[in-house]
Amino acid sequence: MRTAVIRFPGTNREKDAVVALERACGRKPEIIWHKESGLPAVDLILLPGGFAFGDYLRAGAMAAQSPIMQAVRQAAERGVPVIGICNGFQVLTEAGLLPGALMRNAGLRFVCRDVHLRVESDRSPFTEGYRLGQVVRVPVAHHDGNYFADEATLDRLEGEGRVAFRYVAGPGEPESRANPNGSRRDIAGILSENRRILGMMPHPEDATDPLQGGTDGCGLFDSMARALA
Amino acid sequence: MKARVHVTLKNGVLDPQGKAIQHALGALGFSGVDDVRQGKYIELDLAESDPDKARAAVEEMCRKLLANTVIENYSVEVED
Repeated sequence: MRTAVIRFPGTNREKDAVVALERACGRKPEIIWHKESGLPAVDLILLPGGFAFGDYLRAGAMAAQSPIMQAVRQAAERGVPVIGICNGFQVLTEAGLLPGALMRNAGLRFVCRDVHLRVESDRSPFTEGYRLGQVVRVPVAHHDGNYFADEATLDRLEGEGRVAFRYVAGPGEPESRANPNGSRRDIAGILSENRRILGMMPHPEDATDPLQGGTDGCGLFDSMARALA
Repeated sequence: MKARVHVTLKNGVLDPQGKAIQHALGALGFSGVDDVRQGKYIELDLAESDPDKARAAVEEMCRKLLANTVIENYSVEVED
């Protein structure tokens, strides 16, 4: 499986993504600079975390206008799966490839800790390796992860089973600790209409090795490797 | 010609920064501040001298980049 990881100025989680993809696919991803206007033939595109363009104006706003995003959009239209993690999710919403927006965390603080996610859809190349309802533990690290969409959009996402992950309380945790950022309906990740684009704020790539404190993120990378092999 | 753009959060979109400012004002003894909404102000220097064309161009800039119309409204003033 050939994969591409897009790098913008200010991206800083691309190496974590490269390691996780290589572990799952057995092949090193190509790192593509944002100024490129074309993509090699790949089976998956990953937009990693970081602070593209310093989050100036709005997180992801500048990156969404980068030359490479035209190629990403065209690939997505052909059905090439695209996953945006953290800043990558922000870029995908700013580019209009996913609905809604990521706003400043409700608590105004940067949140860096493990969260628990319930798998809300196992019908996608990203999540089919998980059990529906399975709870996984992965880290978040963001300042602007507060998912917002209007009620009609949220109802539609839920009705079409496009909420991929929802924040839930971990074992022994109070409910109030579940949602780290104020996201509407505790949404942590959503799918596109054709279920080939996933955006999520948490970092599954940072839960793929016991040394990182957990391996619950492997399910996502193994899902993609199996679905797209 | 100068253009001024105000970008504000839509009604119904929670503004935690506005809330924090409101609380800080209350803590400083400014009473009677019922709500605070924070936005952005962007000033543009344009080569265009026709106000209508300038306004049309800036509105396009707002739709494409300066505002995220999922969560924000924008207003454009063009200096005559």
